[in-house]
Amino acid sequence: MPETVRPLDRYRRPPASSLPSNDTPAYRSTAFRHPTHPLVVIPQTLSEITGPVYGDGPIAPADSDLTQQHPNPPLGERIIIEGRILDEHERPVPRTLVEVWQANAAGRYAHAADTHDAPLDKNFGGAGRTVTDATGHYRFVTIKPGAYPWPNHDNAWRPPHVHFSVFGQSFLTRLVTQMYFPGDPLLSLDPVFNAIPSERGRQRLIALFDLDVTQPGRALGYRFDIVLRGRDSTPTGL
Amino acid sequence: MLPLTPPQTVGPFFAILVPERGALTLASSDASGPRAAVEGSVRDGVGHPVPDALIEVWQANADGHFNHPEDPASPGPQTGFDGFGRIHADADGAFAIETIMPGSVPGPENTPQAPHLVVGLFARGLLTRLVTRIYFENDPLNADDPILTMLPADRRSTLIATELAPGRYHFDVVLQGPGETVFFDV
Repeated sequence: MPETVRPLDRYRRPPASSLPSNDTPAYRSTAFRHPTHPLVVIPQTLSEITGPVYGDGPIAPADSDLTQQHPNPPLGERIIIEGRILDEHERPVPRTLVEVWQANAAGRYAHAADTHDAPLDKNFGGAGRTVTDATGHYRFVTIKPGAYPWPNHDNAWRPPHVHFSVFGQSFLTRLVTQMYFPGDPLLSLDPVFNAIPSERGRQRLIALFDLDVTQPGRALGYRFDIVLRGRDSTPTGL
Repeated sequence: MLPLTPPQTVGPFFAILVPERGALTLASSDASGPRAAVEGSVRDGVGHPVPDALIEVWQANADGHFNHPEDPASPGPQTGFDGFGRIHADADGAFAIETIMPGSVPGPENTPQAPHLVVGLFARGLLTRLVTRIYFENDPLNADDPILTMLPADRRSTLIATELAPGRYHFDVVLQGPGETVFFDV
């Protein structure tokens, strides 16, 4: 039998305005993949409040520098992406795994299923990972991904984006998202980006150009902070 | 309060990050506890396989504990098992998970939960992660499990893996339509 456990704080439930609906007809792939029954609200138990503790695994320097993973540098505009992983209460999320993957500068993924007629770059794999420091800070060096066409609708193009995967400290904080670039004319046309109900939420996914992150003579810098679910302020029993 | 960062779809190309497909060894053979194997597939609303599904599994150890600071009885690092695994479905949308049978974890008001795997599901066409659970057929705790008993009786079976042989189970995820898997807001 389980022993008595101490009361645990629950995590706040995300406001509906922050979650894109899986039933988003403008994004055609949702048509046969979204559940039709409403989600069943369940209490958070120890099974969900806990989660994989990553962050102690070995991370090599090239893991977070996607321009250093091959014998020669990749083609494209070298960029730095850095920021902090925070919770809703602005508390840093330290020592958590942050992963990225992306297309190359021509807008093609190093993936057999990507049939876009754009060149592959043998010096770019497009995947990286790092762990946040004690202040929740992370940093990647990469190249700016290209836009690419996709078959969602006539003349559809995905805006350049970097996929992000973050764990946080609980199964409930797990987040997979995409980072976009400021001033991109494709954003207003993109059904994936525009599935986010609130303007505030959409703005969260657009990195800020930052001259302080920019490395003189070497790489433009972007700041991308990520906000994960935080604790409910009301402590409760399990 | 800071506004949350919204999720976006994992898209079809996450394999450049997670190359392994089909078979997940969540607990190696030297992990402590009785073995459990779950095989199945992910299908969409018209019965087509979902080959670009990313399945993530989180589970307790055989004693019902998690290697996590918020488990009061956290066992710390364990041989051959850390409770988490993820796997990219194969070309037929199929997956196979080799693990150990999780123990019972306390639920609301310390009611015991039946052994279960916590599952997060990502795919092209899913903008927000889907969360479900895999329970195990013939476990005596299923009947009073505090989460299963919240569900309409006719949908509970969507969360219970059928036992093919001792320790071997089958579980299909149905995203939409007849037999649609129960997904949670947690």
